[in-house]
Amino acid sequence: MTTTTHPAGTEQEGYDASAPLLEVDDLHVEFRTKAGVARAVNGLNFTLNAGETLAILGESGSGKSVTAQTIMGILDMPPGHIAGGEIRYRGKNLFDMPEEQRRRLRGVNISMIFQDALSALNPVLPVGFQIAEMFRVHRGFKRKQAREEAVKLMQKVGIPAAEKRVGDYPHQFSGGMRQRIMIAMAIALDPDVLIADEPTTALDVTVQAQVMRLLKELQTENNMGLILITHDLGVVADVADKIAVMYAGRVMEAADVFEIYAKPGHPYTKGLLESLPRIDAEGERLNAIPGLPPALTNIPPGCPFSPRCPYSTELCRTDRPELLPVAEGHVSACHYREEIYSGELKPREEAQA
Amino acid sequence: MTETNRPDIQTAPQEPEASGPEASQAEASLWADAWRSLRTNPWFIISAVLLLILITMALFPQLFTNENPRECYLSRSRLEPSAEHWFGTDIQGCDYYARVIYGARNSVAIGVVVSIGVFIISLVLGLLAGYFRGWIDAVISRITDLIFALPFILGALVFLNVIESRGVTEVAGVLIVFMWPTMTRLMRGSVLSVVNVEYVTAARALGAGHLTIMRRHILPNSLGPVMAYTAILTGIVIGAEATLTYLGVGLQLPAISWGLQLSDAQRYITQLPHLTVFPLIAVGLTVFAFMSLGDAIRDAIDPKSKKR
Repeated sequence: MTTTTHPAGTEQEGYDASAPLLEVDDLHVEFRTKAGVARAVNGLNFTLNAGETLAILGESGSGKSVTAQTIMGILDMPPGHIAGGEIRYRGKNLFDMPEEQRRRLRGVNISMIFQDALSALNPVLPVGFQIAEMFRVHRGFKRKQAREEAVKLMQKVGIPAAEKRVGDYPHQFSGGMRQRIMIAMAIALDPDVLIADEPTTALDVTVQAQVMRLLKELQTENNMGLILITHDLGVVADVADKIAVMYAGRVMEAADVFEIYAKPGHPYTKGLLESLPRIDAEGERLNAIPGLPPALTNIPPGCPFSPRCPYSTELCRTDRPELLPVAEGHVSACHYREEIYSGELKPREEAQA
Repeated sequence: MTETNRPDIQTAPQEPEASGPEASQAEASLWADAWRSLRTNPWFIISAVLLLILITMALFPQLFTNENPRECYLSRSRLEPSAEHWFGTDIQGCDYYARVIYGARNSVAIGVVVSIGVFIISLVLGLLAGYFRGWIDAVISRITDLIFALPFILGALVFLNVIESRGVTEVAGVLIVFMWPTMTRLMRGSVLSVVNVEYVTAARALGAGHLTIMRRHILPNSLGPVMAYTAILTGIVIGAEATLTYLGVGLQLPAISWGLQLSDAQRYITQLPHLTVFPLIAVGLTVFAFMSLGDAIRDAIDPKSKKR
């Protein structure tokens, strides 16, 4: 993997090329609703480097999408509200930037793919026009030139007969093809950071693999930092370099992909892995994690996972564990991370029995 | 791929064929595509032909009749329709065919001026209110409420009564003042229904500015209902002009308009029905033409309603 940074004309605007591509530092996002303040993201930290794929894993409502929207600056404010923290792109805090400067980053330096390409594409405009629009808005290309670029991109993301289909509308494409068009729009201007918010959730399994492979190829080719937001452990396994597991707006555990699958250091991750159907576990009951994630308006004072955790103790219910290392490049927010990591700890119910 | 294409539009949207023979060559824009769909719509053709005749009538009435509508002879008063006077003559002995032809100008002028005026005002205000929300929306919405609170006929009566000499400009101006709120509300609602959809969010995420988002995403997706309503409004306006004229606050004699003709004819409806029937047909055809044009445009602008 090469270490070249993107030109993208960012140097003169006070970016630090030596800083990590994207750093999320103690991010807090809340929604002020009539029912109270919903704390969607509570002190989130992660770092993304060029050429790296970070998978953010979590259940619905764990704050994954809110994180993505906050990075992109497309959070609905109000009711959304950034209660604290920083997001730094090449060392520069996005929240300090004037709106116009942030807008120029979007699509050019930081780009995003949405879950449902059918609703993320404008139904009244031909797809080629929508891809070409990227060049016209950000690069000031003329209509014809932008259109040629659009055709090239459509070929690049694997749309057959691109020249013929450039004038077709989104509803004339299949789900997988639509997602490819969405990807073409997102990578049109060679962004450094690509956020993919559940890019394959709306697709069927065979197409999922194709789209993931395409994303991986494009990432390697352009040395992009890719943030892959998903709830599907199967999807991330062969694409991601690092995994961050989110729960109730926090990172519960973060590690290298092989490490986390082999030796999880948090009961939540362990539970997620155990809830995957396995081909060698025929006839056994699937181990689902009992209970539901906490309501974001009322997060328990201790470890947010403690009400559902089979290992939880009195300490867990009163004291919130910090995100601390268990091994090299492996952090976990659990009081008993060492024991879980080494597999020594038994679930409490069994221990009492 | 081209050998399977028939000249008209394909049926199955999932088929990976090009949508039409020109699809790849023609400029891939919304309007080009709308035009392509319009040309194949029989309702559009009928209404376009009617409107073309109507507009020619309004601009060059002398093409349709050699009679001067102002040359009236009491000796030929109240004639029934005949070969010489197709629509008969009125009380004053004017050729009624010529009067109806010349009446098109004022009725159409008021209809078109008011509709275009209202359309532009509503487009701008509705877009601003729906897109930016907040105080802009509050101000615009309160003003629309204010005008809604005034009964239209009463308001128009008061306004027009003050104006001594009322021509097309004065009547159109008053109609615009009272008619923009309905369409502005429609436009605002239409904008609200698309402003939070995912493709607008996606466009924002890919760095589009307010102007680009409004022009490319909000406007084309919210225009359909407003366009259809503009056509309906043209009909309403032509009716409203007739109403106001009938009440004596619209256009004034010696102007020639369908509204004036209808109000004059009211008194003789039992003896001389042709005096009512012909201007009524003219108004009816005009309204019909505008409405089917509006429907055709709405269908063309919304790709999902196309019969592909």
